[in-house]
Amino acid sequence: MDELLQILARDARTPVADLATMTGRTEDDVRAAIAAYEHQRTILRYRAVLNPEHIAAADGKVRAWIEVNITPQRGLGFDAIAERIYKFPEVKSCYLLSGGYDLLLLVECDSLRDVGAFVAEKLATQENVTRTATHFLLKIYKQDDDILHSSESTQRLPVSP
Amino acid sequence: MSPPRPARENSTRPSVTRLSRVVEGLPPSGIRAFFDLVMSMEDVISLGVGEPDFVTPWRIREASIFAIEKGYTSYTSNRGMPELLREISAWLARHYDLHYDPFKHIIVTVGVSEGMDLVMRAIINPGDEVIVPEPAYVSYVPTVVLAGGIAVPLPTWDAPGFKITPDALEQRITPRTRAIVINYPANPTGTSYSRAELEALAAVIRAHDLLLISDEVYDMLSYDAPHVPMATLPGMHERTVYFNGFSKAYAMTGYRLGYACGPEPIIAAMIKIHQYTMLCAPIVSQMAAIEALRNGMPDVREMVAEYNRRRRVIVHALNQAGLRCHMPEGAFYAFPSLAATGMDGAAFATQLLQEERVAVVPGTAFGPGGARFIRMAYAASMDNILEAARRITRFVARHAPQAVSPSAPVSS
Repeated sequence: MDELLQILARDARTPVADLATMTGRTEDDVRAAIAAYEHQRTILRYRAVLNPEHIAAADGKVRAWIEVNITPQRGLGFDAIAERIYKFPEVKSCYLLSGGYDLLLLVECDSLRDVGAFVAEKLATQENVTRTATHFLLKIYKQDDDILHSSESTQRLPVSP
Repeated sequence: MSPPRPARENSTRPSVTRLSRVVEGLPPSGIRAFFDLVMSMEDVISLGVGEPDFVTPWRIREASIFAIEKGYTSYTSNRGMPELLREISAWLARHYDLHYDPFKHIIVTVGVSEGMDLVMRAIINPGDEVIVPEPAYVSYVPTVVLAGGIAVPLPTWDAPGFKITPDALEQRITPRTRAIVINYPANPTGTSYSRAELEALAAVIRAHDLLLISDEVYDMLSYDAPHVPMATLPGMHERTVYFNGFSKAYAMTGYRLGYACGPEPIIAAMIKIHQYTMLCAPIVSQMAAIEALRNGMPDVREMVAEYNRRRRVIVHALNQAGLRCHMPEGAFYAFPSLAATGMDGAAFATQLLQEERVAVVPGTAFGPGGARFIRMAYAASMDNILEAARRITRFVARHAPQAVSPSAPVSS
């Protein structure tokens, strides 16, 4: 991966001047590269990474991973049915996986009840859906490289040879 | 029982606390006083640390825990665990086409520091001279002196990029010269050498039939060109004691583990001292090192990429601030000159600490010619480096406005 993307993926607010210095490129070159990445949707968007624990405490939302087995459609495979499912705003992420089930959804709702309703009314009733299994999220230890309850601290002395 | 011996006439100490005159003659570490000052202050951004800011990669720590669980708590063979010796040998062959027999040419030590002490004691007879280029890492001169040798400084303070030149080296060689120490990428300058530059130095070393003591512990932290071990050059394998370790590349400083490779008689002599003074390197550290050599490279690459970004940021910032600084080829140190400010390194470091709460190390810690320099380690987070750069820019603008280049942005 381009070093520029590596740096931005970790801190999207890194100023162009710093990006240029870090990568040994000119500022104009960096600006042009970023514009190209945005244009071709390599960079989809810039957003803050929120601490999910704090957000959950504040908004009380319920998150669940749902395994979905589906019967693929002739000529369309999984894509058409996946699209019908991921278009629901409750579905935050949707992946097609190998293994014992086909789609894995991350669903976010206001309450347990709402998750149940979504599964019962919208998901399980889809014509090609043959089975669902819902797993409610209890605790996040690590998400996208961030360890949420880190007790690690540096033991370095402030000056050493 | 023999009668108590009379105290030496020239000693002012009571006899029980009388010290070796060699040890008494050693100056205390130049870092110590400054360390105490830093410790007395809070909220300091420290660029004074000679070790990675990364904690040891988890896979290596996990392997250490597993080793303890499995009962690896004993001594090992003096030379080191056979499995580790084989891994070191294989790693050097794979990375550098550098070949050592694991059971003849390699010894595992408690850091390169112990290895350095061992080699000096193994090769020096009283009065033998060892050439030590300066600026130098703090332990070379004392280990030579403790072994009864004479450390002959080879100053490179004014040389471009602090590089040793064949001429300068030649001038320091006498009939008593036993060995030369070289450290690259270097602490404290970050200087490294191209193959051509090494060839030129090797020619002098060969011509005078010297032993080379080559500390290459920062080898993986080479940013612009692949590291070339001296021992891979023609005619150098048989006259080089090669040192490397796990502290820097794998962020394993606290594990205290390094190794030395070289001619069988020298390694055998080092093992002789090692077996009586250290017995062996800690077994848990050796188990961790096996994991590091087998699976540590992705972690190393990630850390090196980050150091490289920081290197560019800090050198750019220092030059902007008016402190002339060459782009170091390796390690994680910038070594700017304070010439443009007219300030002395110790005063600069003390005032910078007191006024801006940034800790750096005065250049005099690395040799008497270092008064015009400071060492800044960029083994610190990018946020801290950027903030330290702002503070240093402000500091220089306040104390030596003539030093600041007109284009430099000065934040308040």
